[in-house]
Amino acid sequence: MELSDSLGTTHPLKKLTPGDWLYALVVLAAAGVAFARYGDAMDVYEDAILAGSTLGLIAQGWFWKAFRWYFPLSGALALAGIGLYEQDLARAQSAFGLKYLLSSQSAIMWMCTLFFLATAVYWLGLLKRSDLLTRIASGLTWSAAVMGLTGLFVRWYESYLIAPDVGHIPVSNLYEVFVLFCLITALMYLYYEAKFAARQMGAFVLLVISAAVGFILWYTFDRQAHEIQPLIPALQSWWMKIHVPANFVGYGAFALAAMLGVAELMALKGWLAGKLPAPEVLDEVMYKAIAVGFLFFTIATILGAMWAADAWGGYWSWDPKETWALIVWLNYAAWLHIRLVKGWRGAPLAWWAVIGLFVTTFAFIGVNMFLSGLHSYGSL
Amino acid sequence: MTVRQTSFRHALYELLSSMRFAIGLLTILAIASVVGTVLKQNEPYPNYAFEFGPFWFEVFETLGLYDVYHSGWFLTILAFLVISTTLCIVRNGPGFIKDMKAFREKAGDNSLAAMKHSAELSGSPDAATLSAYLARHGFRHKRHERDDGSVVIAAKKGSANKLGYFFAHIALVVICIGGLLDGNLPLKIGELLGRIVPETRDVPQSQVPDESRLSPANLSYRGNVTIAENKSADVIFLNAGKGYLVQELPFIVTLKKFHVDYYSNGMPKLFASDIVVTDKASGRETPATVKVNHPLIVDGVAIYQASFGDGGSPVTFKAWNLGQPSQPPATVKGVSLASQPLEAGGARYTLELGEFRLFNIEDTRSGEELAAKDFEARMKDAREVRQDAKFMKNLGPSIAFKLRDAQGQAREYMHYMSPIEQDGARYLIAGVRSQVSEPFAYLRLPLDDDDKIDSFMRLYATLKNPALYDEIARRTAQKAAAGGVISADMQQQFENSVKWILARFGEGGFKGLESFLDERVPADKRAAVAQTYVKILQGAVIDVMDVAQEKAGLAPWPKDGAHYRMLLDGLVATSAMADYRAPVFLQLTDFTQVQASGLQLTRSPGKNLVYLGSLLLVIGIILMFYVRELRMWFLLRDGKVRVAMASNRHNRELDQEFARHRDALEQVSRG
Ligand code: HEM
Repeated sequence: MELSDSLGTTHPLKKLTPGDWLYALVVLAAAGVAFARYGDAMDVYEDAILAGSTLGLIAQGWFWKAFRWYFPLSGALALAGIGLYEQDLARAQSAFGLKYLLSSQSAIMWMCTLFFLATAVYWLGLLKRSDLLTRIASGLTWSAAVMGLTGLFVRWYESYLIAPDVGHIPVSNLYEVFVLFCLITALMYLYYEAKFAARQMGAFVLLVISAAVGFILWYTFDRQAHEIQPLIPALQSWWMKIHVPANFVGYGAFALAAMLGVAELMALKGWLAGKLPAPEVLDEVMYKAIAVGFLFFTIATILGAMWAADAWGGYWSWDPKETWALIVWLNYAAWLHIRLVKGWRGAPLAWWAVIGLFVTTFAFIGVNMFLSGLHSYGSL
Repeated sequence: MTVRQTSFRHALYELLSSMRFAIGLLTILAIASVVGTVLKQNEPYPNYAFEFGPFWFEVFETLGLYDVYHSGWFLTILAFLVISTTLCIVRNGPGFIKDMKAFREKAGDNSLAAMKHSAELSGSPDAATLSAYLARHGFRHKRHERDDGSVVIAAKKGSANKLGYFFAHIALVVICIGGLLDGNLPLKIGELLGRIVPETRDVPQSQVPDESRLSPANLSYRGNVTIAENKSADVIFLNAGKGYLVQELPFIVTLKKFHVDYYSNGMPKLFASDIVVTDKASGRETPATVKVNHPLIVDGVAIYQASFGDGGSPVTFKAWNLGQPSQPPATVKGVSLASQPLEAGGARYTLELGEFRLFNIEDTRSGEELAAKDFEARMKDAREVRQDAKFMKNLGPSIAFKLRDAQGQAREYMHYMSPIEQDGARYLIAGVRSQVSEPFAYLRLPLDDDDKIDSFMRLYATLKNPALYDEIARRTAQKAAAGGVISADMQQQFENSVKWILARFGEGGFKGLESFLDERVPADKRAAVAQTYVKILQGAVIDVMDVAQEKAGLAPWPKDGAHYRMLLDGLVATSAMADYRAPVFLQLTDFTQVQASGLQLTRSPGKNLVYLGSLLLVIGIILMFYVRELRMWFLLRDGKVRVAMASNRHNRELDQEFARHRDALEQVSRG
């Protein structure tokens, strides 16, 4: 390997492998097919979102190589599921492949199961200091992420099968965004796990994902929340397609940071001695996660304001959800100042990150449960 | 100026521009924001007074808790944040700019050697090689030849990181200024000075005095107006504490038509208003359709679909005279949301028509029970994001109304127009209550083969007509005797019982029978007697209907299960009529829907500033987090080369990067 490579001096495009280009080609082809088939039904914003997502996905695959198989695999599974439907929603109950694997409901149940399994195996691996076990757990997490994305894709298609006017991207209610939350948190975690070679972190991060999975299961079985509902007028906006995912990158990152905060606090106290990664590593990943989260949360809040300006007559109405988004944002702004300007490290910031999760969780679901406002979509 | 003053000012400046203060403010702002999310904001004042009682109502009002985000203290915190951030920029700015420009080529040998990332290279590349190396790795550099012949090459990259600080922090100031422009500060000041006085009375818009009106020149506003179809408005209403203000518009908005579409499961799919905007000055007309998420922007004023409701719909009733039920029904016409006199049973009433609704999408989860709903006409929020409309069922058109008697007493009614199917039978539904706080009690009037209540009304009239009891009782007793249910000598006695039961029931329904039992029959026998009574009544009702049909000159009803069930339902409904307590039954038969659309109009010139600030903020954050400022120095002295590196933020990455650069440089210098 040339040294200059590792210093990042060659032109970035020159570093791309044939695999990278192949991946780009696949994504482009998929976008091309989507555009050819559905372009007529899309407005100019949706054209822009498709183009943006295509470029974004390619960039994502080049930046994080694992994406080059993750995304096409999930997409292929989703296509297989869609093929099995043969345009008939009722086949979800009759076709074997759909009933047990690829209908959105099954795929998401698989995701849930795999996340639970991964959590258990990560803990076993951590306690036994077994590299093999944490590797397996990592594999399980990847599989869960594949099933989750597949499930969302298939659900997207199913919504159009119900009726063309019901169809919409599955980010419109609490059930769907919880799946999204699990998915995004897991993916971000997997990225840091690979980058920092510290698989023991999974034991902690998967706990918060498991909690979300528990919520999904309760919400599905107790409240039948998985039923696909059409979009009411307030949600019929292309802003939703970008505002919601951006928000969940933020929530996912903050949740991840908080769990690493827990791990760091334990490491600092000397608990699970010798089994946890070094506190400095945890500290750094925690910072990185909050930085990413803060950026996306800022963007999401701005997008939300722009959406509100279209939907509610003002970019900022001090609606409880908006206000809590601001509180979350101020909280992490203060956290970042203390760390970056004042140079704090260690326990206080780890505690703060943990508390931050409570603030974030309240903004995420507490507001829907306890406070009323225009924004309380998907109340419990 | 005394020294003391200067030092005080300086200390104040230090404090305001300090990180400590900024973080304190961020925290206070976060906590203060919570208040407004816990307490529902901008509700009508009486609601608060009711909830908190007079004392706490006053206290909370003084604290501005009903509109926290526009209260003086909240705005003060925001102002401090703006000042603090501005001063922070003023204070750090010059240093940062200098730092961005500087190469720090004057660094001394000792300080270079003392850096955490510093090493002597084993080879000795010459200055040209080093320059080329730096250029290749994206560093800009500056050469400094010292007097002693040694050379320092100072290099850096990623200065944009510092630029990020400016972007992000200036962004905050820009956003706050934009928000302030759109806030209601000028109004508040106007109110404080007494120039603007909110109107608290409920008077026609044209009678609102000048001090409660705002001219179209007003820079920013956000208000609402409700327009019925084919009506116009040229003002909107702004909430102002206990009252409201009238904002004049530069144009006239006319509502042509309001549309609602539903999905097949009853969830709303579209709310849209076809409007025409006519400019007052030029007369120019702009036709457009505004929908939720798709406002119309005219002359910097945005027009939003906010809510919708009834706009005063002409309705027609068939008025069944319950006092003299044998009379044919009369026709009563009216307009929803308006009052009119009504004469019934020789008494004068006021018929106060409430909201007409074309669709009643009801949540059917609570069994078959119909949900109680507000009686007052209310606007539905078109922008709600609630999605739990799963178990919805459309009950069709309805009209709400009150009947007020001469003493001012009123009962409220909620009448549905379409037949509703329950357990396989069809009914007309009518709700009644005497208190706003109560749920409606519902009557179910059974419908006949023509889906009409006419047969029931005949049954009802006959049950209420003592003159016919003889004939009915005779038939019932005869049938009973013929069927062998009673012996022939019992026939007369049985006939009397039937008559007596009909009379009791006709007067007071099942309750009438019950109260008789309570008074006259010993407790242990009541159940058995009651059963007998009901049985007799249930037998007699067939004859009641036969007589009713005969009197109307109609064919008798078929004697089958379905019709018998209608008769039993008829008994239940007749009995319930006692609680309905109205002189007339107003059956909604026809309507012409006129809808009203609630529009929100806003003018917010600060929006563009806020968006600009937002853009700066995102750019700033990206620069601060993802552009790393790196500096590198080479010190060439006596054929030896020292390399040192520093970053504004040091972390593991710098350790690795330094090691890699050192190795690469060793290789370069070996050639
Ligand atoms: C709403 C208020 C504020 C927000 C949201 C905010 C946000 C931020 C963020 C996100 C950073 C990035 C941290 C980094 O990468 O270094 C930062 C840095 C910084 N902030 Fe603030 N800030 C605010 C107010 C202030 C105030 C009032 C001060 C004045 C004391 C201040 C001083 C600084 C300084 C000195 C830096 C470090 C810049 C650097 O070295 O790159 N901030 N701020």
